[in-house]
Amino acid sequence: MTRHLCLAALLAALACAPSKGPQGGANSRLADAREAAQRTFVEPGKLDEFYLFYSGGHSGQIYVAGVPSMRHIATIPVFAPYPATGYGFDTETKAMLGGYTWGDVHHPAISKTNGDYDGRWLFVNDNANNRLARVDLRDFKTHQILGPIANSSGNHGSAFVTENTEYALVASRFSIPIPRGTYAPTSRYGTDYKGIFSGIKIDSASGEMAVAWQIMTPPFDWDLAATGRDISRDWVVWSSYNSERATGRLEVTASQRDRDYIAFVNWRKAAAAAAAGKGRMIGGVRVLEPREVPGMMYLVPLAKSPHGADFSPDGRYVVGGGKLAPYVTVFDFQKFLSATTANDTTGNEDGIPVLRFEAIRVAEVPVGLGPLHTQFDDQGYAYTSLFVESAVAKWKLGPFDGHDSALVVAKIPVHFSVGHIVAAHGDARHPAGRYLISMNKLSKGRHLNVGPSQPESSQLIDISGDGMTMLYEAYTEPEPHFAQLVRADLLNPIEVYPKAENRNPNAIWAASDAKITRRPGIVEAKIYSIRSYFAPNEIEVQQGDSVILHVTNAEQERDMLHGFGLAGYNINVVMDPGETKTIAFRATKPGVYPFYCTNFCSAMHQEMQGYFLVKPRAATPVASSAAGGGN
Amino acid sequence: MTLARWLSQVLSSRARLAVLGAGVLLLLAPLFPLWKITMFANQFPEGLRLSIYAHQLVGGNGGADLQGINILNHYIGMREIHAADFVEMKFIPFVLGLFLLLGLRTAVFARVGNVVDLLVLFTYFSLFSLGAFAYRMHSYGHQLSADAPIKVEGFTPPVFGHQRIANFDVYSYPGLGSLMLALFGLCLLAVLLFEVRRFRSEAA
Repeated sequence: MTRHLCLAALLAALACAPSKGPQGGANSRLADAREAAQRTFVEPGKLDEFYLFYSGGHSGQIYVAGVPSMRHIATIPVFAPYPATGYGFDTETKAMLGGYTWGDVHHPAISKTNGDYDGRWLFVNDNANNRLARVDLRDFKTHQILGPIANSSGNHGSAFVTENTEYALVASRFSIPIPRGTYAPTSRYGTDYKGIFSGIKIDSASGEMAVAWQIMTPPFDWDLAATGRDISRDWVVWSSYNSERATGRLEVTASQRDRDYIAFVNWRKAAAAAAAGKGRMIGGVRVLEPREVPGMMYLVPLAKSPHGADFSPDGRYVVGGGKLAPYVTVFDFQKFLSATTANDTTGNEDGIPVLRFEAIRVAEVPVGLGPLHTQFDDQGYAYTSLFVESAVAKWKLGPFDGHDSALVVAKIPVHFSVGHIVAAHGDARHPAGRYLISMNKLSKGRHLNVGPSQPESSQLIDISGDGMTMLYEAYTEPEPHFAQLVRADLLNPIEVYPKAENRNPNAIWAASDAKITRRPGIVEAKIYSIRSYFAPNEIEVQQGDSVILHVTNAEQERDMLHGFGLAGYNINVVMDPGETKTIAFRATKPGVYPFYCTNFCSAMHQEMQGYFLVKPRAATPVASSAAGGGN
Repeated sequence: MTLARWLSQVLSSRARLAVLGAGVLLLLAPLFPLWKITMFANQFPEGLRLSIYAHQLVGGNGGADLQGINILNHYIGMREIHAADFVEMKFIPFVLGLFLLLGLRTAVFARVGNVVDLLVLFTYFSLFSLGAFAYRMHSYGHQLSADAPIKVEGFTPPVFGHQRIANFDVYSYPGLGSLMLALFGLCLLAVLLFEVRRFRSEAA
């Protein structure tokens, strides 16, 4: 975000200058208040039509809202502990987090079948610690965190899934000497630092992710990606900035060239090359060099420091948003293929062919200032966010016959400084149209004053018809980057974990099965929880014991959650109906510590409590101060 | 003497068929609930459901509702409802089989008297079962644990119809299984009426 802010300052003068093309006008408007209220009002007890899964940026989480109401429904903890659901406290999620307490979620991707959302999984990246997570949309829980991915640093251009979820494709924003841990001074940045693309294989049955292969690239900052369909189904495109290979003050040093690059990468060819044993093992991963695998990777120039690179729904066009240019560039994938066949190049970067820009570009559509990211609808329109201009442009995806400025049909101001936009199924083969959400980086006091840390705003825009109509504004949890807007009927999550599916050997379903087992130095308990008690409700251990608690929520009724909070020991887990969670810790502090149900369950919820008693190691009585510490 | 003659009258073939057909109802009845109890409250708009079969108790929502009902009941000290506690569920299937055999016997020996025996026994069995059910409801509602978290007056959950219990609207109605059993009884009754008319017309 800082980078964008700086850009805004840099381009402030530019933003104030009058620009060509439609400025709002008849096709974009604020809806009549009553009409907008009616179109966004979802009666109490009624359901929204769409799920919005939006990334929470450096909060590390994914948030779920309903559209058109824009109501926040749930938070899916991914890369950061979340006491509200006990995430990061039990042994399983703790192990998954791997000691990290934050992540930077940018680009969620719903799994696809034939290029359309299939509603099975949601993949999300961690830009900070080079990880990738899979949320299962059957239970809206994080089931796997992959990484830190070897060799890669700054997992920004991620996660983008292929047409049938064969791979999630991810790319590094920060180049480093590889493997990670290697030292090289920044003076050798251009040669010794490497960018990395990774092919993350997705198991089609389980969704399990594994790093399959990587491609070593020049040290450009890889930014955003899109995967192809049909004619382009084997390809992924990544935008980049810093083709200058600069270090230092990048806002200047990486903004010197008029054009940076979009990389066109044939992931299928990469997979085949890796399977054939090409490349070499670095950091435990097979790493391919583009010059050794001809036809795997091409560069296409794109103005200037681009952000978005997005495939049209039919896979024919790639729209590049050069964020320091006043237009988007449209490339024809057919022409790209011809150029590769004709070897129509103008040079190379470390042996990667650079294709002739003019041979592939079919339009430069003057959408406005600071184009970042493009989405599509079902009526043949594209939508591009304009960061500098704080607006969204609507433009026709062709015909590309030289009348580029005539393609822009509407523009709507947003508040303020929009980053990503998301349209319903807006990056799939069959977009759903109707709604677009502008995820704005700044809200600048449009809300009740909450002090200096101001929220991000997201605005709901009706895109049906020829124009755009502003409908609603909500304050989305920080900090939304990209999102997925999905038809609600595609998802059918469970409401309880069926008892029959609980294969945890420590699960118990009757109070009479509750048990405390003692071995030297270890106390292990199977705990039963149900409205409104725990069995056992007293657990006594010796100071210094390793304590392992397996708590089962024996309920099978929806929304009957129980928590297990242990005061003074920094433990809180929440068990959904039918779920068993395990907590492991050492009873270091002597004394008596209450545990209780933290997730309100019933009229007797307050009574749902017990005592964890730690007998002091020494025979002498415990000093009163010792028991009080550590809370 | 007239009654004795009527009772020993051989059933018409149509009546035999009717008795056999009614026997099919006995076969089918155990497949459907005999009684259905449904509880609605503000926070249970879809209801908690309990279906009582000849041989089993089935909670709604894939069985979860039975546990749900027991959890709610435990607050007022009610015993947990378990199929194992229902002696009826052991003898009712057996008795239904017995009636099926008696029905076959009636169709074969085919005397009006057999039908009368069958109907009388079946009516007794039905009334006894209904009474047992009512007594069970009464027991569940009155034998409340003394140390229950919430103390309530003993009550009888509805055997038939609607009743408001605390925040719940409880509905109790016979299910398809009971209707089939009732139809079995009605078939026998219809056979008897038919045979009375035949007897009279033949006497005239």
